[in-house]
Amino acid sequence: MAGVTLDTVRKVYAGNVEAVKGVSLGIEDGSFCVLVGPSGCGKSTLLRMIAGLETISGGEVKIGDRIVNQVEPADRDIAMVFQNYALYPHMSVYDNMAYGLKNRGTPKDEIEKRVKEAARILAIESFLARKPRQLSGGQRQRVAMGRAIVRKPQVFLFDEPLSNLDAKLRVQMRVEIKRLQRALGVTSIYVTHDQVEAMTLSDKLVVMSGGQIEQVGTPSEVYRRPETRFVATFIGSPPMNILPGTVEAPGRVSIGGQSIAVTDMREGLTPGSAIEVGLRPEDVQAGGTGTSSLSMDVDFVEELGATQLFHGKVAGAEFIVQASTGQLPADTRRLALAVEPANVHLFDPQTTKRLGRV
Amino acid sequence: MEKRAHISGWTLPLLLILPQMAITVIFFYWPASQAIWQSFLREDAFGLASEFVGFENYVSLFEQPEYYRAMTTTAIFSSLVAFFSLGCALLLATQADKNIRGGHVFKTLLIWPYAVAPAIAGVLWIFMFHPTLGTLSKPIKAVGIDWNPMLNANHAMTLLVLSATWKQISYNFLFFLAGLQAIPKSVIEAAAIDGAGPLRRFWTVIFPLLSPTTFFLLVVNIVYVFFDTFGIIDAVTGGGPAGQTTTLVYKVYADGRLGGDLGGSAAQSVILMIIVIALTAIQFRYVERKVQY
Repeated sequence: MAGVTLDTVRKVYAGNVEAVKGVSLGIEDGSFCVLVGPSGCGKSTLLRMIAGLETISGGEVKIGDRIVNQVEPADRDIAMVFQNYALYPHMSVYDNMAYGLKNRGTPKDEIEKRVKEAARILAIESFLARKPRQLSGGQRQRVAMGRAIVRKPQVFLFDEPLSNLDAKLRVQMRVEIKRLQRALGVTSIYVTHDQVEAMTLSDKLVVMSGGQIEQVGTPSEVYRRPETRFVATFIGSPPMNILPGTVEAPGRVSIGGQSIAVTDMREGLTPGSAIEVGLRPEDVQAGGTGTSSLSMDVDFVEELGATQLFHGKVAGAEFIVQASTGQLPADTRRLALAVEPANVHLFDPQTTKRLGRV
Repeated sequence: MEKRAHISGWTLPLLLILPQMAITVIFFYWPASQAIWQSFLREDAFGLASEFVGFENYVSLFEQPEYYRAMTTTAIFSSLVAFFSLGCALLLATQADKNIRGGHVFKTLLIWPYAVAPAIAGVLWIFMFHPTLGTLSKPIKAVGIDWNPMLNANHAMTLLVLSATWKQISYNFLFFLAGLQAIPKSVIEAAAIDGAGPLRRFWTVIFPLLSPTTFFLLVVNIVYVFFDTFGIIDAVTGGGPAGQTTTLVYKVYADGRLGGDLGGSAAQSVILMIIVIALTAIQFRYVERKVQY
């Protein structure tokens, strides 16, 4: 098994379109790394470069200690699970899984042993003789996983493997992928645009945007301390509220004349200068009172069962607050919001970078 | 939801299918039934009178050694043309499917031969390979082959296979290219990651996935060689030398039009019709089952 190291990897397409703009990243051996970002952020291109399906325009990709820029996909010792599964439609489930081993000249009894073992792990033993078209989406997904694990590769690559499944199956397969990766301990790189998948699966979360890495960290680091406004609004659902504000004094900002205290604030900011204030819908306490509070005009309420979402405006900007159902009457027009100073995120309006303590 | 138009009465539906029915009846069933009827008749030398002779035309046909030779010729000719035109077209299509510069020009140029009329194609080839005038005959003779399709039956057959294949490649190429482009790219990428080299990928993944296309083309090509190569044969060899490149369809023409034996020619048409129907039925019955996945 091996880790994966990317050193200023670039991808430039014909017509000078730069899809990946110098990405450097170290993925430790045995860890589960998720690349997340909106469509077109270059995450799939990056994965395909690691797989060897796209040429690398610049930089270096290393699997273990070996630079693989010029190595054929077959010789990189990787396995990939595709979004549309990419099963061989004319082969049985057994042959689909055995194909990669046959190509490498693995002895027949060894192939049979490994395919049976993989089928047992994935609970697809009873489908081995079937063709892919006779399987449901979830079963095809398992076969695609089986094809990857029989090879015992150094790295698993997943390209949005769950996006063709329905919501319920997606949650179930997500848990299985995580369990399987833990059990096998193989370095895995997983591409998705779904931030819930990204948060739940990853040991190492990589948020990408516009061909660049925005932030790397554990899911909780990225959630608790987003380094840019993009990350703040991309990770978390509903997204973080961003309010325009001004610097009042060290540890205090003002939003539309309402002053709140902030724990994590860069020193030396000029009082009176503009600043963006981020507050997560789940971090503000509706109806509470505290040292810092904001008032909100409510437009409408969304009922989610266990929670309610209050949509409205704070100091003229859109704002969403999450509250437990029954905590507040649904016809509330005006809300007082208590803000914990530790839960306030500050961003530079120009660079969109976090203005936290250095 | 099922989409179905509801029309009351029979007049409109009948009117709507009338043109198609008329075409089918006038151009297919009527000539076919004429041929069947004529195959039971014998005309006098001047075409003034005809008498009913039953199966006599068929009986005399199977007494001719030339007829068996035409059958063998047709079998050889059709298998060679089908094999080479499918093979070359597949090779060209796999190359055109790659993202290469100038690919569009390549594809367009490959389609041109299909626009050439069979007789013109035949004339083109005879110009190139004419034993004394042909531009390409000289280099062939220079390497020590006594090239003469006018006298040597093997040379004549080679020339026919070449021109008929050349003509059919465009058609096959188009279908193969469409077939190749319908194969999901990720399946081929998966095979590449699974350690299959380009050749192995082709034979174990691409070719099996193309088999429905290949099967369809095989049927179409056999029918093409049986009937549509008439123009080429007429222009290139005229069935010669000494009737050695006379195929079944050319013999129909030679006996009926040139030999004036309308009854015998009609009998041959009927047999040809039966052979093609049988061949197509066999292909669908036995081959198609294997190409489904």
